Amino acid sequence: MTQTLTLASIMPALPEIYLTSAICLVLLVDVFAGSAGRRITPTLTLLVIAVCAALTLRYARVQGAIVIFSGMYLADPIATVLKLFTMLFVAVALLYSRHYLDTRGILKGEYYVLALTAMLGIFVIISAGSLLTLYIGIELLALSLYALVAFDRDSGIAAESAMKYFVLGAIASGCLLYGMSLIYGMSGTLLLNELAVALQGKPSLGLTMGVIFVVVGVAFKFGAAPFHMWVPDVYHGAPTSVTLFIATAPKTASFALAFRLLSGALGNIADTWIQMLIIIALLSAVFGNVVAIAQTNFKRMLAYSAIGNVGFILFGFVAGAEQGYEAAFYYTIAYVLTTLGAFGVMLLASQKGFEADELDHYKGLYARDPLLAFVMMILMFSLAGIPMTVGFLAKLQIFQALWDADQLVLVIAAALVSVIGLFYYLRVVKILYFDEPGDLPIPESRAGERVALGLNAAAVVLLGVAPQSLIELCSQVVR
Amino acid sequence: MITLQHMLTISSILFALSVAGIFLNRKNVILLLMCIELMLLAVNFSFISFSRFLGDLDGQVFVFFVLTVAAAESAIGLAILVVLFRERRSINVEDLDTMKG
Repeated sequence: MTQTLTLASIMPALPEIYLTSAICLVLLVDVFAGSAGRRITPTLTLLVIAVCAALTLRYARVQGAIVIFSGMYLADPIATVLKLFTMLFVAVALLYSRHYLDTRGILKGEYYVLALTAMLGIFVIISAGSLLTLYIGIELLALSLYALVAFDRDSGIAAESAMKYFVLGAIASGCLLYGMSLIYGMSGTLLLNELAVALQGKPSLGLTMGVIFVVVGVAFKFGAAPFHMWVPDVYHGAPTSVTLFIATAPKTASFALAFRLLSGALGNIADTWIQMLIIIALLSAVFGNVVAIAQTNFKRMLAYSAIGNVGFILFGFVAGAEQGYEAAFYYTIAYVLTTLGAFGVMLLASQKGFEADELDHYKGLYARDPLLAFVMMILMFSLAGIPMTVGFLAKLQIFQALWDADQLVLVIAAALVSVIGLFYYLRVVKILYFDEPGDLPIPESRAGERVALGLNAAAVVLLGVAPQSLIELCSQVVR
Repeated sequence: MITLQHMLTISSILFALSVAGIFLNRKNVILLLMCIELMLLAVNFSFISFSRFLGDLDGQVFVFFVLTVAAAESAIGLAILVVLFRERRSINVEDLDTMKG
């Protein structure tokens, strides 16, 4: 299979090519701007993302699947949509973080460069056409995130959580890689679409081993139980703006990883991984939601909530078929949108010397700042899956997909853990509205972030009331 | 005659050793970094043997990428280690337990 490489044929990869050069540019501008860089770099970064979105819309919007660079790079509708969502999430996350970084004295150009390289890593994962590109993307993302977690050099717990994240993440990459090597050995190819053809029928022992290692690696990256050990510590220890970043954009990468690897390359030998995935999904959903009840730290609570929600995303993959993947896609977008807002509120409520990361810090927020409390209430409702929010429809779609796949036990289990989840999300609302504020500080009025948060909450409600467009989009691209 | 089985056995032993090293070692973070490196080398060994016996070069190309990434990974790991040591004055694995819950 030899293709001639022409400029026109590699145009779908233009967003990545542009982003790589833009990252170098941002780094240089930041270096030469000196102290003025603190004002220029954040704006420049948002500009870079905006141009990247425009390029994606113009050049990467393809009909059907296009394979370039000898099969290494894959451009298809789901990749375009996932990239656009990723850019939106990254841009909003950076917008929310700016003031927090400024007051902590860590508003540096490197932060933005690392965020962009992480985004590039996500792009590479999304468009990966071979195990090699998939691995490079995963590492680019992971290495950027390790550095981001340790970004606040004067924080002891940040360094500790970065170390834990690094070691566990490296083990995950090792497992994934070992699995990949076995799959390569058994099939003789690295390309995902060739793997899907080569791997059929009854798998050999080596192949089964390879698939097991790959599933363990994917579960690690998702932060699914029983491979979730890093999630609570990283969420807790990292600066809140980094937690916001880790909790949002990389989730689209995890979805893409599972979509390309499990349902794509290993789709025809689903029997080897479906049982494992059922156990992982069930454990995550139960464990995440139950342990979240016992948390007093808000970031830790959201970490366990993330584990629980990852369980639901994986339920979509367990259900399989177009409907299942569609539900998992929709759930990912809905979850990330909501989490973005929840951490946004946390960043807005925090001040210099006041992290606002304990649940007690939210006592009587309604009395101190009604708007912020209202936004937080909507987001908690969405996470809990209460009707009229996007979270409700996401859960409903997962239930529907599981029901159609005849996974009755999983439907019942998912419904039960949703009820458990309701308890601790509503407890936050109770703290916000009915507890005495005491002498907790009144959040600052930062107009720009408030408008963004308002839009974020409005999107959560709007997509819950009029979901048709997003659902249609999901079903179109998964097909 | 050395067959693929021999090569894969060595690779799996190396891999198992590195995993055991990570979970048994409670003393020193630098040892963890060494185990991670060993883990990636075990994978490289497996890739190279498959590549050799399949007569396909892709596996060896993969190894170059893994080596590059491994270098970047140790650089970041050591950088985090330096930050950690500055804050804690210790690189003992058992001291990494301030967060609970």
